[in-house]
This record gives sequence, structure tokens and C-alpha cells, in this order.
Amino acid sequence: MKKPAEFYQRDRRWHPPAYARDYKTSVARSPQYAAISLENTLSEITGPVFGHGDIDPIDNDLLSNFAEAGQSPIGERIIVHGRVLDENARPVPNTLVEIWQANASGRYRHKKDTYLGALDPNFGGCGRTLTDENGYYFFRTVKPGAYPWRNWVNDWRPAHIHFSIFGTGFAQRLITQLYFEGDPLIAKCPIVNTIPDPAAIEQLIAVLDMNATIPLDTIAYKFDIVLRGRRSTLFENRLEGN
Amino acid sequence: MKQRLEYLKETPSQTAGPYVHIGLAPGDAGFQIYNQELGRDIAGPNAKGERIRVEGLVIDGTGSPIKDVLLEVWQANAHGVHAHPEHPGDVEEDFRGWGRVITDFETGEWGFDTIKPGATPGRNGATQAPHINLWIVARGINLGLNTRLYFDDEESANAADPVINTIEWQRRRQTLIATRSVRDGIPVYRFDIRIQGEDETVFFDI
Repeated sequence: MKKPAEFYQRDRRWHPPAYARDYKTSVARSPQYAAISLENTLSEITGPVFGHGDIDPIDNDLLSNFAEAGQSPIGERIIVHGRVLDENARPVPNTLVEIWQANASGRYRHKKDTYLGALDPNFGGCGRTLTDENGYYFFRTVKPGAYPWRNWVNDWRPAHIHFSIFGTGFAQRLITQLYFEGDPLIAKCPIVNTIPDPAAIEQLIAVLDMNATIPLDTIAYKFDIVLRGRRSTLFENRLEGN
Repeated sequence: MKQRLEYLKETPSQTAGPYVHIGLAPGDAGFQIYNQELGRDIAGPNAKGERIRVEGLVIDGTGSPIKDVLLEVWQANAHGVHAHPEHPGDVEEDFRGWGRVITDFETGEWGFDTIKPGATPGRNGATQAPHINLWIVARGINLGLNTRLYFDDEESANAADPVINTIEWQRRRQTLIATRSVRDGIPVYRFDIRIQGEDETVFFDI
């Protein structure tokens, strides 16, 4: 049995602050007191474990997982692939990655989305997969469209894919968004700009990866994800016992 | 020049947005796509211990319930063991101790059925009172919020809990204590989460 080890402290200056004036919804949804710093216990170091019995192989293929037989969603066919690593640059294997997105016209399949962009009968907009033993994952999907949202009157979200990642401990739980290289809406987005450091924003921009395309078929973007790293067990963390 | 540290930086968080259900609970977004949605059954059929229900609201700084929240639950079984290879001990077959629920689109109420967890090992040989870890994401929440739910019928265990005792203000400690009642013979714990404002819930930087 592996000895429980703590995660590195989360760098809260790298993440967006809870209160971000220009992202209006955050104003009434941001705690005003400081979070209480808590050294990890077993409750934070452990987390749910998923296996291939939990999902189906087709779940990572958004081109087919909601489409009628023989049909495809409309839009630019893309592969999104990469690795889930930790801050020590070690792969995170067998971890659950879930994604969701709008279709090519910027419309979500959600009962609360009323945007006039058309729904695509062959596109659900969600997928999930487990990373392999090297931390590698991939999805097939269509490139999502930009869409307007009511923040300021004329705000448009850049094309993006939402990502949910687990890691091995509940303290690593993370939700983020992938953006696409070259999108001029990224720099204008109040949600993107909740992140204070431009270098951190760059970490969310997937890059065109011509070596991973399928020629005459599907173009590819690479998106690596980094979860919190863990302390070495070289030195005892004194989690348990004396 | 000096040497460089080779650590990577954690991927920064972004809000889950209003349509988190599509990815994590598509049935709630209004369509069926997966053979099984994950996190619908926290304890499984074989778990020992007291079957309980936990319910509440998530309330914003204006005092209004938030209706597009997703909560995730992580807890030990009745013997205080988490279903994870690094936690010594066994759990019942099909006990995962993890689940997710959404707030109702109309009322903002959320609720889940589980078993009451047991006390778990803390740091340096201490014991932690029975608790459930909660992780809260929604539109307008830029980084998922971590909190803990404790039980009001565990008064002496709560008084000795090393995490509760980290909180300087007695009044704020109360925000982590769920209150028990019984409905139709089932114990129901009420746990309203206040994101901002008077009696703001304690959140943890874990």
C-alpha cells in the first residue's frame, strides 16, 4: 500500500479569485471571508476511483455518441488529445476526464439554453474517458461555435470546451475550459480574464497539432492538463501516527 | 545563474458555467446519452450503517437560492474508511462514497441519500468526527469551493474534531453542522450553504 502523501499547496494566485468584478455573476457568488487553510487529511488525499466498467468505449466520441446511425454532427471535425500530468510532470493514469460543449453553431443541448443558434440532432455535446497508463486521453468532436451571453450586453464567449478532471484525491478535483489557438475572442472574454496571470491563461489555449491530425479526415488540437502534485515520501509527512 | 525548479503549474480553474449538467449529469440537462450516469448512488446497496438523507439550499449574497449548482460528495463508510487504495481497510462491495447532485432548477433544493459516515483518522493520530466533504461548482464560482458537513448529533466528536477546532470563531463553526430531523422514519439532515453574506459557510483551502 502506498503511503498517503499530501498535495502541494494550491497556488491561489494562479487561479482566478472568487470575486471578479467584470464577470458579474461572481459578485454575489464569491465568499467574502478567507478560506480556512487545512492541511490534508485522508479525507482530501483520497478520492473516487473509476474503472472501465463505469463508462463505454463510445463515450469519448462526440462525433458518434449521439448521432443517428450513419450520420454525423455538422461542424469542423476535430481531435482533442493530450496528457493529464501532475505538477511533478508525472502522468496521472486511469483518471476520469469529462467534457461538455456547445455545438458548431454555439448552441448547448440544455433545457435552459434558448440561444437562437440551431440544435444539431446528431450532437449531444458531452463525452468522457479514462486516461491510459501514460496519462493520455483523446476525444473526437466538432469545434464548438462562439456564442453571446448576457454579462455586458455584447459579450461573446470564445469557442471553448469544458473539462472536468478528478486525479487521485479529492483535493485535485478541477473544472476548467479549453480555448483554441488564434481565437480573437479569448482576449476579450471576462471569464478568461478572471485569471490574473497571462501565462496561466496560455495554459488553457489548446494548440493546433498537425502531427496528430488524420489527413483528409479530422484536424487535431493538443491540450495537456496539470493537476496538483504530491509531496515526495522521502521525508515523512507525519500524516498518521507520530 | 542558478538552477531551475522543474515543477509544472497546475492548470488554472474556470467556472463550470450554467450548463455543467450537460457534461456531468446529462439527464438533468434534458437528454439521455450514457448507459449509466455516474454518482447517482453514493453508498450502494450493501453499505452498513444508518441510511440518511441530506438536504439543503445553496444561497448567494443576495439571500437567494442558486439554481444551477452541482455538488459533489466524498465520504467514508460507516467504519470511517474511504473507498480508495491508500486508505487502509475495506469497504462494502459497491460502496464508492462519491456522488453528485444538482440544485433544482425551480426551487434550488438539493438532496442525496447515503449512509452516515463513521469517524475517520486525522493527522498525527487524531480522530476526525464523522463528516462529508462537499465540493461546489456553478456559474459565477471561479474555483470549486470545498467545505465539510458535520452532524449535530455528534456533539462530543465535533467538539474534539481537529478541523472544526481550526476555525477561530465559534459562530462560524456552526455553519458546518447539519441539523437532524426525522421524516417518514428517515433521518434527514438539513445543510444550507451560504456562499456569501450573513453566516457565510466556512470554506476550506485544502
